[in-house]
Amino acid sequence: MNVGPAAALSLLLRRELCLSFRRPDQLLQPLVFFLIVTTLFPLALSPELTLLREMSPGVLWVAALLASLLSMDGLFKGDSEDGTLEQLALSGQSLGLIVAAKTFAHWLVSGAALVLVSPLVGTALAIPVDAFPIMMLSLALGTLTLSWLGAIGAGLTVGLRRGSVLLSLIVLPLAMPLLIFGANATDRAIGGESAAGALYFLAALCVFTSSLAPLAATAALRITLE
Amino acid sequence: MWTWFYRLASPPYVYRVAAAFAPWLLGIAGALIAYGLVDGLAFAPRDYQQGDAFRIIYVHVPASSLSVMAYTLMAVAAAIGLIWRIKVAYAVAAAVAPIGASFTLLTLVTGSLWGKPMWGTYWAWDPRLTSELILLFLYFGVMSLRAAFEDPNRGDRAAALLAIVGVVNVPIIHFSVVWWNSLHQGATILKLGKPQIDATMALPLYAMLLGFLLFFGGVLCLRLRGEVLNRERQASWVREAVKS
Repeated sequence: MNVGPAAALSLLLRRELCLSFRRPDQLLQPLVFFLIVTTLFPLALSPELTLLREMSPGVLWVAALLASLLSMDGLFKGDSEDGTLEQLALSGQSLGLIVAAKTFAHWLVSGAALVLVSPLVGTALAIPVDAFPIMMLSLALGTLTLSWLGAIGAGLTVGLRRGSVLLSLIVLPLAMPLLIFGANATDRAIGGESAAGALYFLAALCVFTSSLAPLAATAALRITLE
Repeated sequence: MWTWFYRLASPPYVYRVAAAFAPWLLGIAGALIAYGLVDGLAFAPRDYQQGDAFRIIYVHVPASSLSVMAYTLMAVAAAIGLIWRIKVAYAVAAAVAPIGASFTLLTLVTGSLWGKPMWGTYWAWDPRLTSELILLFLYFGVMSLRAAFEDPNRGDRAAALLAIVGVVNVPIIHFSVVWWNSLHQGATILKLGKPQIDATMALPLYAMLLGFLLFFGGVLCLRLRGEVLNRERQASWVREAVKS
């Protein structure tokens, strides 16, 4: 049966989403982790609201980064262990398309979910409501970029037994510019200033990784799959 | 010229050439570094603002330029390995990584020793410092990724891909002092046009730059020999080379 690239893309997306929603606990774990990590900071630092408001962009972004990395490990793991990934690679569709579909579906259930939960965390960290739209936009761009970077790391570490720590070691240095501009955008939104510059930079990083990272992740998978 | 280039892909040839080059490179490097250290630390004039503390540049500047150059070399070797499937290129990439990481560490250490009297702090979260630190983490990532694979060939290629991806950091380090408002001073030596440093101060620095470069080349030759021997330990030429 011949399937065009567009049909293959939608089939893959539906398959990935269907699989994730059948295991809601795995879907929720990163979100709960996100909430717990952000709860730790007021406990460890100080519950004072003015201090919290100053720290909140950094806390929010570090927690979001760690929470999305946590789930990145499983991006290719399940499919590679049961052989589905090899079958997909042999299906005649381009592996790049498959990687892009899987990563985007993964972002929909992890990154986008994180963005939806972020107002809750924002309220707990005393971020003013006016700053929520920019905070959520920056997080959306940031988590999508991180998903592409994470796909490279996940592709490189997929065959390894203890890959998850190595994955963080590989991806976190690459994600540091993201953290800088993301936290900066949120910080400016809280202060009532224009966050346009940082947002443009985040958008540029997002476009850059969206166009090149699928190629790198595909090359990585080709190396580790063989 | 091309035949010479092709022969570089042959492990026994590289093993012999590296052995021939290493003593020369290290010998000249030793002489240049000895001259640079003595002239730079004892005879070059004091800086009118920084006093004697500026003398750390004689170690810091060569180390930092090598830390970036080594990464670029590693990425280029990795790309050559991935594209043309040359085993020696992977050996070069594997041999460069620890040397580059050491130079990066040396850069950070000498920089923070200089920062204490000058900026009043060992460490500042400054773009140049941070991107150099990220470079160190990238070296660690590449080295641990290679080590994590049981199949060395696969580890080589995975590490090669990561090294290439990490190249995005190299222009960020170089331009960080231009793009961001940075504590770290801009380029004074490797700049087109008139250098902004006096010749009596510059001469030992040039000697140190060249000396460090040759030292890097010499150590690379030694490490490359080790890598090639280890990778080719099943080959018959290794048995003969070890016997003789």
